[in-house]
Amino acid sequence: MTPVVEARGLTKRFGSFTAVDAIDVEVAPGEAFGFLGPNGAGKTSAMRMIGAVSPVTAGHLRVLGMDPDTQGAQLRARLGVVPQEDALDQELTVAENLAIYGRYFDLPRRVIRERIDELLEFVQLYERRSAQVDPLSGGMKRRVVIARALINDPEVLLLDEPTTGLDPQARHVLWDRLFRLKQRGITLLLTTHYMDEAEQLCDRLVVMDRGRIVAEGAPSQLIRQHATREVVELRFPPDSEVDVAALLAPTGHRIEVLPDRTLVYADDGDALVREAHERGVEPTAVLTRRSGLEDVFLRLTGRQLVE
Amino acid sequence: MATPIALRVLEGHARSYRHTWRGTTIGAIVTPVLFLAAMGLGLGQLVDADRGGPIGEVGYLAWLTPGLLAASAMQAGAADGTFPVLGGTRWVKTYHTAVASPVRPRDLHLGNLLWATIRISVIGTVFVVVAAAFGAVPLHRGLLALGPAVLTGVAFCAVLSAGVVLLVRDQFLAGLNRFVVVPLFLFSGTFFPVEQLPPAAAAVARVLPLWHGVELTRALALGTQPAMAWQLHLGVVVLLLVAGVAVGARTFDRRLRP
Repeated sequence: MTPVVEARGLTKRFGSFTAVDAIDVEVAPGEAFGFLGPNGAGKTSAMRMIGAVSPVTAGHLRVLGMDPDTQGAQLRARLGVVPQEDALDQELTVAENLAIYGRYFDLPRRVIRERIDELLEFVQLYERRSAQVDPLSGGMKRRVVIARALINDPEVLLLDEPTTGLDPQARHVLWDRLFRLKQRGITLLLTTHYMDEAEQLCDRLVVMDRGRIVAEGAPSQLIRQHATREVVELRFPPDSEVDVAALLAPTGHRIEVLPDRTLVYADDGDALVREAHERGVEPTAVLTRRSGLEDVFLRLTGRQLVE
Repeated sequence: MATPIALRVLEGHARSYRHTWRGTTIGAIVTPVLFLAAMGLGLGQLVDADRGGPIGEVGYLAWLTPGLLAASAMQAGAADGTFPVLGGTRWVKTYHTAVASPVRPRDLHLGNLLWATIRISVIGTVFVVVAAAFGAVPLHRGLLALGPAVLTGVAFCAVLSAGVVLLVRDQFLAGLNRFVVVPLFLFSGTFFPVEQLPPAAAAVARVLPLWHGVELTRALALGTQPAMAWQLHLGVVVLLLVAGVAVGARTFDRRLRP
């Protein structure tokens, strides 16, 4: 089967700045694939090249077997795009926003009418079809944007930070819809700087930092490879002079001293807490949690994902 | 058969216009009519008391009407080359979404120009009909004069959108109106012949594309000869349009496909 995305040495430069630095990516049909990384890591630039809206500076890129630089319009006809900003015309109704976009694909008006009904049903906004966009909540607008991206019945959906700025409940509604699309066989490509989003949605992901891919795999696999099963978070008073790293060094666990807390990576968190206590470490707060992609990122780059 | 892409963009303009026409069109029609009443009828009486002055034998109202027609078309074109483009690139960012579909940046440019052509034609037609009702111009001559007036408006739209698409700040907008649109409107032979200006300023005015549009429009409205060969006047306006389309194809691409 032709891969949905096949990139080798894919590079994007703006002047002397290298936004995407020779990355290799392969995405299979039906996969949910994520680009995870902090702002400025090159995720959006990579997505824009894949979406055929930004020319490739160097390297090889095929999307659905096509060359985005020479077959751009043909390729874009088969993609759906959810951009970072909604870009909905606030003065128009929900249905009109979708209709105008549908005409960009030269879809017959009758097909557009049918699809608008179906899609608004799908994103649970059917009753708002004739309402203006302006007064809708952020989560609702996001769902309109997803409906708009699906108007051409795309095989691949590109989502750039799909839930940034939404409240937890709205995010869950959105994730649920995206999960259904995946079940229908639509390939999902998304960028995110949220670990929970990547863990929820992605079968596989690449961790990007400064234009490069620093790790690749399934979320659980990356966590197994680059972190322990559990993490203990220790907090101390702001003026504390205790050198935790030195006190805990003999335990042999990996320690990350962050500005607001200290992380200790251990497979058995409770045992570590007892041991720390015996060694005279007296934190004001202790939290034992399962490790996640956040910890993977910290391990790989020495920096936090969301600062 | 596939619909040409610029026409699909044009259709989008038409759809959203249903919600915005009051704000954008009424002003574009009312303002020139107010000018026509105040200047043509009011000021015109003073001017006409001195028959045989710089505007010749024709009454001031008749002389002013084609000038206002062309200058208002330029103003409408300037607006269409500014606000929809900034909406697309910066305020609502619909252009960025559009280019993720089969629509290309140059289709957005052309679609906007086609839309401007329709809008300026409608505004101009209403103005001509009102002016004819005032007795300022015979209706058939006024409709004939619409041609160069609309062409002038569209040419300005093309050139302005080609530049405005690259803007990353809005502060340029006020300056554009104050230092480009209004001076052009006032000093391009709209309200008085450019010969009335000091010689150096008159020479500048004759280089301005709006003056050439005004001369063509006035010649058709009054059935007189333009100041220079009509081919030259037409050439200047067409050149402005062609340059706007060609440069816009590049600047739209540079902005929307970085």
